Amino acid sequence: MKFSLKITISLKKGMLDPEALAIKHALDNLGFNVDSLGTARIFYIDIDAVDKDSAVSTGREMCDRLLANPVIHSYDIEALGV
Amino acid sequence: MRFAVIRFGGSNCDLDAVHVLRDVCGVDTDLVWYKEGLSRRYDAILIPGGFSYGDYLRAGAIATRTPIMKDVIRHADEGGLVIGICNGAQIAAESRLVPGVFTINEYPKFICDEAFLRVENNTSPFTSHYKEGEVISIPIAHKEGRYVADDATLRKLENENRVAFRFCDKDGNVTAGANPNGAAGNITGILGGRGNVLAMMPHPERAAEEILGSADGKKIFDSMIMYLESC
Repeated sequence: MKFSLKITISLKKGMLDPEALAIKHALDNLGFNVDSLGTARIFYIDIDAVDKDSAVSTGREMCDRLLANPVIHSYDIEALGV
Repeated sequence: MRFAVIRFGGSNCDLDAVHVLRDVCGVDTDLVWYKEGLSRRYDAILIPGGFSYGDYLRAGAIATRTPIMKDVIRHADEGGLVIGICNGAQIAAESRLVPGVFTINEYPKFICDEAFLRVENNTSPFTSHYKEGEVISIPIAHKEGRYVADDATLRKLENENRVAFRFCDKDGNVTAGANPNGAAGNITGILGGRGNVLAMMPHPERAAEEILGSADGKKIFDSMIMYLESC
């Protein structure tokens, strides 16, 4: 089966996100009162897998081996059948 | 004795490193294209600075997953010397040759500047030519150089005396004001393995000749050479 993985890589809670702070500052300058702002990176990956669990498992392995750095990142994986 | 300097697509301090090793320190050095792998045994491997793979994904992340890095990790596991400078330090951290990660600076811009470092450990193969507590001047040039590790790792680094260099002021004071990138504990040089791996963000190859304003970095290469001669 074909699956579309949507993998979101974020900084772990409490990690400094300098880019987010700069963007928050700019939004505040525009008059928005932003309580907090975080950034994340999303990867869209199409793969073949026998079922959804297997697709998610493959996505997890991609994160552990390349896409995320476990020192600073957490990740979330969604798999959609296509 | 023979050193290897590994060149990845996007390395740009490789020739500086080769020049310093060959012409300034007088040691035989091969420039190795990453696709060639390590075809012979080397005494020391230098992973140079630059922007391998355009810093895509994370600085050093793609280079870390190339086959030659398996050779480098094997060399380190066998006790061989490995020094990663700037992008090389990022690759060393991504490869887990040293713990932690070098990530985007606290002020998220590229910084190219002189920096003062305090030598925290002068017992390693890379730092024996320094005095403990000595203040040295070696420039930095990076955007992703802020050292981050969890508290347990930082404690372990301290307990095992694995911090080689910290950012300091010209008098050797390790302060927030002397920390250009927000690195945890001002750390910018970490010893990995059994002390046979050094990952550092500052560029010793750019401070290895007096004509460049500082020769303080040359002692790192001299220390390595002396260590290898004594083996």
